[in-house]
Amino acid sequence: MMNQSVTDGMYKRGIYRIEANERLTPAVWRMTLAGDTQWITAPGQFVNIALAGKYLRRPISVCDWDDRHIVLIYKVVGEGTEQMSRMKAGETLDLLTGLGNGFSTRNNPRRPLLVGGGVGVPPLYALARKLLEAGKPVEVVLGFNTESEIFYEEEFRALGCSVTVATADGSRGVKGFVTTAIAEKGLDFDYFYACGPLPMLHALYNAVKQDGQLSFEERMGCGFGACMGCSCKTKYGNKRICKEGPVLEKGEIIW
Amino acid sequence: MVEKQTIQEGVAPQVDTSVELCGVRLDNPVVPASGTFGYGNEFKDFYDINILGSFSFNGTTREPRFGNPTPRIAECTAGMINSVGLQNPGIDAVIRHELPRLRSFFRKPVIANISGFSVEEYAYCCERIDKQEQVGIIEVNISCPNVRHGGMSFGTSADSAAEVTRAVKAVTTKPVFIKLSPNVTDIVAIARACEEAGADGISLINTLLGMRIDVARRRPVIANAMGGFSGPAIFPLAVRMVYQVAHACRIPVMGCGGVQSARDVIEMMMAGATAVQVGAANLVNPYASKEIVEALPGEMRRLGIERLSDIIGIA
Repeated sequence: MMNQSVTDGMYKRGIYRIEANERLTPAVWRMTLAGDTQWITAPGQFVNIALAGKYLRRPISVCDWDDRHIVLIYKVVGEGTEQMSRMKAGETLDLLTGLGNGFSTRNNPRRPLLVGGGVGVPPLYALARKLLEAGKPVEVVLGFNTESEIFYEEEFRALGCSVTVATADGSRGVKGFVTTAIAEKGLDFDYFYACGPLPMLHALYNAVKQDGQLSFEERMGCGFGACMGCSCKTKYGNKRICKEGPVLEKGEIIW
Repeated sequence: MVEKQTIQEGVAPQVDTSVELCGVRLDNPVVPASGTFGYGNEFKDFYDINILGSFSFNGTTREPRFGNPTPRIAECTAGMINSVGLQNPGIDAVIRHELPRLRSFFRKPVIANISGFSVEEYAYCCERIDKQEQVGIIEVNISCPNVRHGGMSFGTSADSAAEVTRAVKAVTTKPVFIKLSPNVTDIVAIARACEEAGADGISLINTLLGMRIDVARRRPVIANAMGGFSGPAIFPLAVRMVYQVAHACRIPVMGCGGVQSARDVIEMMMAGATAVQVGAANLVNPYASKEIVEALPGEMRRLGIERLSDIIGIA
């Protein structure tokens, strides 16, 4: 199949049927879609969703997937995601899948730390699963603003991760940011993977000595490298967040 | 359903989608527009791009350019704003890396879109690209709204448009199309000035200068505040300008702006376009140009068109 794709072109666009669309917190939803998942090759990749009446697609990171299902966790932040939250099981969506590079586990960390902030948490779930399957002890730090916004704490625990939660207002877990939790708990790790808002990524980058990978967000036009809308400069040259990203190595980042 | 049967039964005559653009024969008039198709590489992962008439590669300058700060993209009703700012690897890298790679998956003549910040830069890049066998047509972009002291400033006055045209024509034997900006008072006067200066064709329209504001943050969505508006919302403006220019000039026109269906291609041709560019549609549906090419014969039969070249300017 993969060999064929090189000559015949990769089929990455498909119609997916919504199997479930449920609320996890006041603003965060989980959507389970059924359809072709062959193009998803790494945790941290994303899909780009066409919505009726909206001109541009909505890029949403993949939380988890199997042979026939994609799980997306998204936050209602605007009209597009609000429209998604109103969709019901049985309705269909047009998706481009397998976009972006995703997290790489090729460096084979001994004790990986996964750091997620808010709606940056979801792509770490499939990564945690993959690392656990490879026999790694997975340490997870999840940061939220407040207790009511927490999601997937138990799901990570159920996978077998060691989970620490931090809330900015102290309503649950460590009071403060993910960096506070890492310092307070004295977490032992040799490599990290992170996804979250830019200030969190930057603070983490400055706070830890270890090497790692960070997943970035940017406003995108196409999601597959054509429009040059989401370019950034790195130490290895210009990259597109949608194509050579969204995951960048710590060593290449220029803030 | 009925139409489908007609096609299957072979009742409808064979249709001819080919057009000729300054001696360059295109199998069909569908040409992905500059800035929406890279150097072809991203789209060859979706389909065999040899189905296209041709495509116009990203606006290329003498030096490599990173372009504008991000965010560069804003969504609109029936369209989008971009403020990429001519990000490109520079003419040397295009000749050394992009064109050889393109040759490995695209057999047809490509359209080279050239941008610049001075008359000399336009001439330099066109002279370099003139020697590239795979380039069939040069499209000179004097209409980018996203860069200062260049781009659009050459396309907003008839005199400077003519000056660039003359400078470029002096250094190349390839057909030269000048890509015009709609952000002008009288596009016909500028098109005529290009024609008189020796242009072989006119491409129009580039994007319209637009802006969105994030009302929650009380700031422009785009880092540079303004950008180029494109998408189906601008189609009627593009048809009107193609019509005006095609009726005022003798040289061929490549129509561009908001095209997203085979029917739009036909409408643009009836307005006077010999070839039709597809832009933003490629970004929301990577298969858009392919689907338009595939839909053309059926749409022609429905409309009783045997030869597409017969309808150019027929309206």
